[in-house]
Amino acid sequence: MKGQLSGRERSQLEAVHWRGPLRHYDILKEATIAVGIVLVLVLLLSWVFSSPDQPPVTLRQWAQAQPTGFSQTALSELAGTSDSAQYGPPYNSGSQETQSLGPISPERLFGVRIPVNSAQAFVLRPLASLPATPKLRAALRSWAAASRAQRRRWVAAEQRALSGRRLASALPRSAPGAGPLPELLGQLLSMARSGALDAQLVAQGNFYTTNYTKPLLFLGDSWKAQKSKSYWGELVTAGHLRSSQWGVMNETGSWPGQPWLWLYTMWYQLPTNAPLSTSPNGDIAVLAIMSVLSLALLLVPFIPVLRDLPRWIPLHRWIWRRYYRQAKAEAGGRGSR
Amino acid sequence: MAQGFVSQSGQGLINLNHPDHYFHWGFLLISLANLVVIAIMLALFILAIALPFLPSTSLPNREKDQGDHQEDAAAGSTWTGRLRRFGLRYLPPNKLLPDTQPAYVASWVYVFGVLTIGGLVMVIVTGLLLAIAGPAWWHFSPLGRFINSMHLWSVELFMGFMAIHLWGKYWMSAWRGKRQLTWITGVLAFLVAIFEAFTGYLSQTNFDSQWIAFESKDAFNAGGIGAFINPMNFGQALMLHISLLPLVLIVIAGLHVLLVRIRGVVPPAEAGPQDLLGEDQGAMDPEVGQ
Ligand code: HEM
Repeated sequence: MKGQLSGRERSQLEAVHWRGPLRHYDILKEATIAVGIVLVLVLLLSWVFSSPDQPPVTLRQWAQAQPTGFSQTALSELAGTSDSAQYGPPYNSGSQETQSLGPISPERLFGVRIPVNSAQAFVLRPLASLPATPKLRAALRSWAAASRAQRRRWVAAEQRALSGRRLASALPRSAPGAGPLPELLGQLLSMARSGALDAQLVAQGNFYTTNYTKPLLFLGDSWKAQKSKSYWGELVTAGHLRSSQWGVMNETGSWPGQPWLWLYTMWYQLPTNAPLSTSPNGDIAVLAIMSVLSLALLLVPFIPVLRDLPRWIPLHRWIWRRYYRQAKAEAGGRGSR
Repeated sequence: MAQGFVSQSGQGLINLNHPDHYFHWGFLLISLANLVVIAIMLALFILAIALPFLPSTSLPNREKDQGDHQEDAAAGSTWTGRLRRFGLRYLPPNKLLPDTQPAYVASWVYVFGVLTIGGLVMVIVTGLLLAIAGPAWWHFSPLGRFINSMHLWSVELFMGFMAIHLWGKYWMSAWRGKRQLTWITGVLAFLVAIFEAFTGYLSQTNFDSQWIAFESKDAFNAGGIGAFINPMNFGQALMLHISLLPLVLIVIAGLHVLLVRIRGVVPPAEAGPQDLLGEDQGAMDPEVGQ
């Protein structure tokens, strides 16, 4: 059959309206049946399996569950050593999380578009919003007036007091040499434990709230520093949601997640000697790989080998077996006539 | 809705609200739920190819000149008249809503395109219902939870059907005969659907959306997109999810289906010249190649 037409002739003929045999067809009936089938399946699946809905974590829960973990994170915000404080664009001028592919860094190109000053946003401004006791006012004032070197000494002393404790333990009674820090951290902790910090971080001077960048960055700093020991980290590790656990595909509970992201997340898991999940430029590398692959999928009709594979592995003979059988029978019939 | 169907506790008949089983092979780590979904998709694809299609009788093709159009003299030269002629030329009624199909369209593989449409319709209808009472309603209302479940399962079906449809069209090399644009619009629909699903996960206002927002921001930032689209900005994610992205998806899917109607279903890869040319034409038809 094939040898009778050149590739180009065949391609042109395949583009014109079909001249061969037909069968009856009702396109609207087909569409109606399809919607009906999907409706029944959806009703059944919803009835049998329902859907996941694990409540969000709050700063309040975190501060109640891990007072020391919370305060260590708050201290790192004040000291400017947290992940968010050093992140870089689009939040600030750090470089901790700035990725590049060779000389290209889109992140740096677009600069700081969502400014976040971690010490101010997560600690100092919320504390300033509290009803000012003389002690708190004095602590805030002495922190603001202190030199960099002085602050560094206080931070080091507070770190000594907090380190070596379990994250879930209460704050130490004293932190010798930590200046105003015990007062500041203690007040922030009780603010968080009351739930007031959750509200303060989303409100930021506005009545309506639609943006959760700040509380998520604060909460996330504990995960970045304390990993699976942090309150959030414990929960996501148990739920197999970490990116190193193919978590991008997974859902809370036992529901299916986003299996269509398997290829994207696979690059983070490959057991190479420099896994992309820990590489400082892992995300941008995976993005580049996936962009190229998406483009390849888009252009399959034009890419040799990719477009030829279905011809070399002729699954289509099986799909159109009824047509090929009839065509063969007819050709045989014509031949013998 | 029937009392028994909408669970008051928010739980399904089978409770999935417990940690999943995970399988670990080498570097692979997959949940039982995802594994089941993938296994069902593969099984459906194999069954669609293997099972014999419904019997049908073959009709002779009398409309040799279907592709041609008759000049509509009355339409005149106004732009509306020209538009009408353009529409009729590329999409005459018998192509838009045909009552016949080429006889070779006889495989279950073909149903996944229209099932994908069914999935998309259900995704949109359940999404609109879910939107009526606001983004947080479904956490507290049993009916809301049920509609959320319908929305989630429509998405799983839509994505699953679309992937099987993609596999089918690939192995049929259905981009042949100037149908490349059909393939391209299909892939675009697939990519936009992934992004649409992602913003949906961000819009759940629960544990899942918190974590997805925080974890995905690094990739968004690394690509420079984070400067404009911030996954931790719930308002932005929700707005994209319920306005621009669904609109884009519907337009692309609409274009895709219209292209299929305009071009006709691709003939078998090894269709004989007598079928492509018409029974009686032994030689190349000079008009054909234009
Ligand atoms: C929103 C998602 C989509 C919808 C609603 C959709 C719907 C359809 C429908 C109804 C058809 C005609 C029936 C059939 O042949 O199955 C079709 C054909 C087609 N689809 Fe899709 N599709 C979608 C996504 C895709 C994707 C992701 C691809 C591949 C990358 C794709 C590639 C094709 C091709 C090449 C055809 C032409 C088939 C032919 O000429 O025989 N579609 N689509």
